[in-house]
Amino acid sequence: MPLLPRNWPLWLVVLFLITLPIGAGILWLVLTALYNQVHGLVPMGKLAPQNWRFLFEGSVGGRPSIWVALKNSAVFAAAVATLEVLIASMAAYAISRMKFPLRTPYLGMILTLHAFPAVSLLIAIYYILRLLGLFDTLIGVILVKASLDLPLGIWLMKGFFDQLSWDMEMAALVDGASRWTVFWRVALPLVRPGILALGTFALLSAWGEFILPFTFIVSAKSWTLALYMQSFMKEAFVDYGLMAAVGLFYALPVFLLFLFGQRYLLNIYSGGVKG
Amino acid sequence: MSRGTSVRLQNLTKRFGRVVAVRDLDLEVNPGELVAFLGPSGCGKTTTLLMIAGIYRPTAGHVYFGDRRVDPLHPRDRDVGMVFQSYALYPHLTLFENIAFPLRLKRVPGEEVKRRVKATAELLGIGGILERRPAQVSGGQQQRAALARALVKEPQVLLLDEPLSNLDAQIRLSARAEIRRLQRELGVTAILVTHDQAEALAMADRVAVFSMGELQQYATPEELYHRPKNTFVAGFVGSPPMNLIEGEFTGDGFRSGELRLPLRQAPLGRGWLGVRPEHLRIAGEGHPARVLVVEPLGREAIVIVELFGHRLQILVAEGEKPAPDAEVRVAFPARALHYFDANGRRIGPE
Repeated sequence: MPLLPRNWPLWLVVLFLITLPIGAGILWLVLTALYNQVHGLVPMGKLAPQNWRFLFEGSVGGRPSIWVALKNSAVFAAAVATLEVLIASMAAYAISRMKFPLRTPYLGMILTLHAFPAVSLLIAIYYILRLLGLFDTLIGVILVKASLDLPLGIWLMKGFFDQLSWDMEMAALVDGASRWTVFWRVALPLVRPGILALGTFALLSAWGEFILPFTFIVSAKSWTLALYMQSFMKEAFVDYGLMAAVGLFYALPVFLLFLFGQRYLLNIYSGGVKG
Repeated sequence: MSRGTSVRLQNLTKRFGRVVAVRDLDLEVNPGELVAFLGPSGCGKTTTLLMIAGIYRPTAGHVYFGDRRVDPLHPRDRDVGMVFQSYALYPHLTLFENIAFPLRLKRVPGEEVKRRVKATAELLGIGGILERRPAQVSGGQQQRAALARALVKEPQVLLLDEPLSNLDAQIRLSARAEIRRLQRELGVTAILVTHDQAEALAMADRVAVFSMGELQQYATPEELYHRPKNTFVAGFVGSPPMNLIEGEFTGDGFRSGELRLPLRQAPLGRGWLGVRPEHLRIAGEGHPARVLVVEPLGREAIVIVELFGHRLQILVAEGEKPAPDAEVRVAFPARALHYFDANGRRIGPE
């Protein structure tokens, strides 16, 4: 029998009311993308396929093709997620399993960095990227985004590695594995739920990232979808229909990923590995 | 067909920070022998085993397999197999892949891996369930799979860390015999860590008793039982354990409070008198005592009596058990007494 609180219909109504503004926002987005005009949440006029012309025309209003931006966003998100999972796993394993000098201060530093507002680093990062010749490149932003998200990833993965039994690793060592082999063939497969959770989380976070590409990318050829969207705000007369359609297009992969990935995302909060 | 090697520990010491887990341990295991490390938890027996396996590096001292000094070597270069208390099977792999794991790491060709895994699994009676994962088989089968994984690479030394303690009591007895049979058949040198003295006595050629990181006695089960070297061994080996009474030896007897026992060839000075529960007799003559508790065990019963302020356990045949609260007389047979000095060391009778 499900455990429902008393007065659960009342709670349902409260939750519904809290969610309502977000629901209304999404509804507006969908309607505006589909119709010529929308007053409030009431569509006026006819269906407007021309809102979606950005998909077929090479360039809308001097912008690069949406497909270039899509490719950039996909590369950006995938690269950030891959880097983050890889580095966070290795770092977390070392922190969870090995003793080394300054381990405790290092842990404290990671926690501090996790809480640090990244925006305050923008100018310093700008200089660093200029120095490295990575300003205005996708690679540069990928590195910055991955670094800023790493502390969280390391903490998360450390939680998963902490739950692995020592016996299993000892057994692998006696079976003839090196530390490196133990990591790749025993420890890593066992934290698969953590990897999937962190991977999904990193993908979503990178997909939605705006301030870093906005600050460090100038050339239109390196635009991500977030920059593509933002470019509408600069115009004197904003084509809301077009903008809403692009917005929907931008959000679609997130909906899909969430649909398939929420099972793993929930693991972030329960942090559970079942042996 | 003995293929095991001897294992020799020399001045082996392990410290964790300030805590000394194992102190100055000297011990030798003969090729093909099964030796049990016995002691309460925290006595250093598992630490010693992990030093032999190569998981822990000794703080001081050496480990030799035959003439080969192995303590600087990585576990994979030592040729040992190990079974863990938790079995430590890899949950993401099938039993086949679990058992094959040590061979895969050695880059043994696929056909040979298949043949050897099959053969080892057959030997242990788990040939039919190799495609299942650890979570899908019973505890007994997991234990066999762990044993198969330890044996598949045909190690010189087999290390067993409480391999039976997670099994049901019923399977445990048959698993004891099974492990012993395999170990004899394969001729592998084996070291068994256990806190269960019955298991150690039943399985081992020799038993090393540990306490507080130090070796107390290293002897055959018979020797351990009949001539315990000190009060710790006397109290740990045997179930129920030996009765120990603190008092004073007077040269021609022993006294403790009002208890006075005439003894021939008794030593002098303070010490302990030990007597096993099965050697005490409830008889028509002897020292007056009162029965406190009677615990029937089926064939026998443990009778706890109070005798001049001392609580003693006496093992009697089921038919001879007294009623609780009865007044009885307890006889100490002179031939079955053990004398220990004030520090607990055995001093007689020789």
